[in-house]
Order: sequence, then structure tokens, then C-alpha cells
Amino acid sequence: MTSPATAGAVTIRIQEDDFDIAREIAGLTRSRTDIGAVVSFSGICRADEDSAKISALTLEHYPGMAEDEIKRHVDEAISRWPLNGVTIIHRVGRFMPGQNIVLVLTASQHRKAAFEAAEFLMDYLKTSAPFWKKEESATGTGWVEARARDDEAAARWTRS
Amino acid sequence: MKLKYFAWVRERIGMAEETIEPPGSVRTVEELIAWLSGRSEAYAYAFEKPKVIRAAIDHTHVKSDAAIAGAREIAFFPPMTGG
Repeated sequence: MTSPATAGAVTIRIQEDDFDIAREIAGLTRSRTDIGAVVSFSGICRADEDSAKISALTLEHYPGMAEDEIKRHVDEAISRWPLNGVTIIHRVGRFMPGQNIVLVLTASQHRKAAFEAAEFLMDYLKTSAPFWKKEESATGTGWVEARARDDEAAARWTRS
Repeated sequence: MKLKYFAWVRERIGMAEETIEPPGSVRTVEELIAWLSGRSEAYAYAFEKPKVIRAAIDHTHVKSDAAIAGAREIAFFPPMTGG
């Protein structure tokens, strides 16, 4: 039996395969009439990184902890916003520019909670979920360095 | 306890995981990093900037002063760059 309304469905997947955004949204809202807003964020592999042209990106993760860490932040998002469902899919493996990397869907009765929760989840995915990117470009291969602006983006959600 | 390494920490050490029994005098994550660094040049290179290294005990992020007693799995890795 699936439980309707209230906390809603939480889906967390780490996979090599691509995802279909329309199908994931349909899965989140199917046979429900309490959801008034779904926000979708997709992270895509881009070719332009500062001045270098990236030819491919490899994503490594810490199996087990990655799922646990995402779940902790989904639980926090559910405690902070009235959400009807959350779907997070993070891909791992080697990607070319233009390919999907991550999907965050947040469903709520109203748009504000869905927008804010999606942004909160993405900010924390970038700074605390154990994933690492390695870039390939004409000048060589190297691990992507963490950015201070991502830490700042996550820090603004900290409750004092 | 099992140790796991990721990204450039894994590459520098030259392996993804191992099982170790550190001496009883090694009580914290920080002390474990120092002890590992003394094992070989590869470890010393991986941990050359200990402040940059992030650690997790049993799938939870911890600070460098965290106690390692009772840990089943400790992971070391660079700052995360997913999403």
C-alpha cells in the first residue's frame, strides 16, 4: 500500500543510466490531487569551464554514504518545507557535454516551498554529498576543485 | 577497521580501500591521518595538506578531532564536487 498525501514519496537513486524528466515528474504526481507545484532542476555537463573546453567529465561517488547523505538532506527539507514528494537522481560514470548529471524534483501544494526546497537540496548536494568530478580537456585531466561560492550558497540555509 | 579513499586521495595512495589496525595511541581522525602519513611517501603525499582532507565515519561527515573508537569504516576524500 502506498501512503497518499502527507509526507509523500521520496525517491533517491544513484545510477549510470540517463533519466527521463517527464517520466519522473509523472511518477511523482500520479493519482494525486494535492500537489499544486513541481519544481525540476537538471544539472547538465557543460563544455565551458572558466577558460578551458571540457571534452568529458567523470563522476565518482562513495556508494552507501552518498545515498545516506542525500537522505539526511531530504529529511531536513521535508522538516523545513511542506513537501508532497522529492525525487533525486544523481548519475555516475563518464559524461560528454550536454548530458544529464543530476535531477532534483520537489513537489508541494504551492510553488514557494517547492522552489526553496529544490534550491536547498541542490546547494547541499554540491557541498556535502560524496561525489567528485574529474574533467578531461585538451590540456589534460584533473579533479575539479571545490568552489567557495558553493559553500557560501549552502551556508545561507544554516539556521542559527 | 576498514579505510576507504576517494578521488585524488585514492589515486595518490594507490588503492580504494584497506583494513588496518592502528595502535591504541591513535585516537582521533587527525591522529589517524598523521599515523597513515608515516607509513609511506604515497600516504604522505595524499595527506600533505591535512586541513583539505574530509573524513567520514560510518557514512557520516566528521571533523578532524572526532574519535575513531568503534568505527567500522573511515573514509578520506577531498572536498566534494558533485551536483
